[in-house]
Amino acid sequence: MSLSAYLTLAAVVFCIGLFGTMTRRNTVGILLGIELMLNAVNINFVAFSRFRGIETGMVFTLFAICITVAEVALGLAIVILLFRTRRTASADHVDWLKG
Amino acid sequence: MTLDVVAIGAFWLCAVTLVCSALAVVLGKNLFHSVLWLALALVSTAAIFLTLDAEFLAAVQVLLYAGGVITVVVFAIVVTERLVGERLSHVSRRVVTSAVVCAALLAVLVRALNLANVSLPRPAAAGDLTSQIGTSLLTRYALPFELLALLLVVGLLAASYFARPED
Repeated sequence: MSLSAYLTLAAVVFCIGLFGTMTRRNTVGILLGIELMLNAVNINFVAFSRFRGIETGMVFTLFAICITVAEVALGLAIVILLFRTRRTASADHVDWLKG
Repeated sequence: MTLDVVAIGAFWLCAVTLVCSALAVVLGKNLFHSVLWLALALVSTAAIFLTLDAEFLAAVQVLLYAGGVITVVVFAIVVTERLVGERLSHVSRRVVTSAVVCAALLAVLVRALNLANVSLPRPAAAGDLTSQIGTSLLTRYALPFELLALLLVVGLLAASYFARPED
């Protein structure tokens, strides 16, 4: 397959993830949309790396995957904390800055 | 020639699975089903990595994402539902506006791809990609690699601090 096929696929997945992030009210749902977008970026990295014959893109993908895992762990910890203090899962209800 | 047909078929199979499961993630009503669809999307991304000869990344993707992240998300949903004592609502809002914005962004991206005309020839696989990744992780990218370990420790500590039991 050509490089542009991979890039188009990544663009489609990114836009679907963006749609999910924009439409969901639930914080966990927003997190799932962000996962999809990060995934699309990883596809781009690997495709460019493979087609240019440089392994740097794959190293970047490895970093991106690890950082995403840390992000999900922290995000879900915040979601659980929100549930404990505010009894809500909706991002719309999270509009205060004071602890 | 037969190999080419197999490769193209594998790509299209993975691509269609990925796009359909991604749509199911963002359009589904049930949050739990969305998470399971996300698992399918992540596994088909791993298959896409396989079509790009990145076996190591495919394995990392399945282990970390489809294994770790999905488990954590399912765990979080179960815990929060138990805390609240009711099912999580998973409604969407501003669907039309968001669809228009995303379709416009997609059109811009595809148009830019066509204009840029990125038709690099696919080079033959230059040896073992896994060993190349390992070599550059421990030589050129040794410092970021160590910082990553630090980040994971900080993330672990912060997550357990946030989720600590109430005094």
